[in-house]
Amino acid sequence: MTIGLAHYLAVAAILFTIGVFGIFVNRKNIIVILMSVELILLAVNINLVAFSSYLGNVTGQIFAMFVLTVAAAEAAVGLAILVTFFRNRGDIAVDDVSMMKG
Amino acid sequence: MALQAIAFYLMAAVTLGSGLAVVSARNPVHSVLFLIAAFFSAAGLFVLLGAEFLAMLLVVVYVGAVAVLFLFVVMMLDVDFAQLRQGFARYMPLGGLIAGGLAIEMVVVSTTVATRGAARLNETPMARGAGAADAMSNAEAIGRVLYTNYVYFFQAAGMVLLVAMIGAIVLTLRHKPGVKRQVIMDQVLRNPATGMRMVSPKPGEGVEP
Repeated sequence: MTIGLAHYLAVAAILFTIGVFGIFVNRKNIIVILMSVELILLAVNINLVAFSSYLGNVTGQIFAMFVLTVAAAEAAVGLAILVTFFRNRGDIAVDDVSMMKG
Repeated sequence: MALQAIAFYLMAAVTLGSGLAVVSARNPVHSVLFLIAAFFSAAGLFVLLGAEFLAMLLVVVYVGAVAVLFLFVVMMLDVDFAQLRQGFARYMPLGGLIAGGLAIEMVVVSTTVATRGAARLNETPMARGAGAADAMSNAEAIGRVLYTNYVYFFQAAGMVLLVAMIGAIVLTLRHKPGVKRQVIMDQVLRNPATGMRMVSPKPGEGVEP
């Protein structure tokens, strides 16, 4: 059987929901939350590349590249914030992040 | 064609299995390793779709940089990860319900789009993207569009990376008290009058610092 566009879209959809599920169940562990966000962005990239390939238009791959760029920047800044937070608190429990509320 | 189907199912299964393992692994180091596996097999899916350039970009950028960054941070922070997993069983039913509903909705919508939208004309992926007629490579096709139509977006992406780099450095830079640092201004302004002191110590007394 031939692998159509629907197959790739289904894989991307399931990967996206796995990412959402990861954010739900790992509410306290911000490292796994960041990894779940990476999974979600990967699912978006699979969607963009699949449409780009089946429509014969390379623009989707260029947008996937931009998504990749933003994901890398987001991971770098997020982990830097995490390291700073750990230095100040000695812990990374997300429940305590509201200490700056005032 | 059968080989392609086998490769697709294998890589899709590895991607989804690794993704599930990322969010459910007990040890965050294992999570990061499963994340690497997920990125590798997603790169394989990109190759199947004919997007070789993006596949290699995914391997280099994600596996080479982002996943290693995660690994660094997980190993650097001394955190009690068992304590962070406390709510796992509590949020599992609701999270599973919402995720399952979302998955069903998205799969139904996406398969409908795939069979009725503009993409239904192409049964197989156009392996070379827009440049199929000219026998252009995937990287060349991307470059031709990226550096013409999307050149400002490309520059903006560079700005995003620059700001992220500066932001990460500013956030993690710290000045420890008690560490002697080089002060260029003091060195430049130093002259013989301030840099030299004449003393005549008496025998057995030594010199003050």
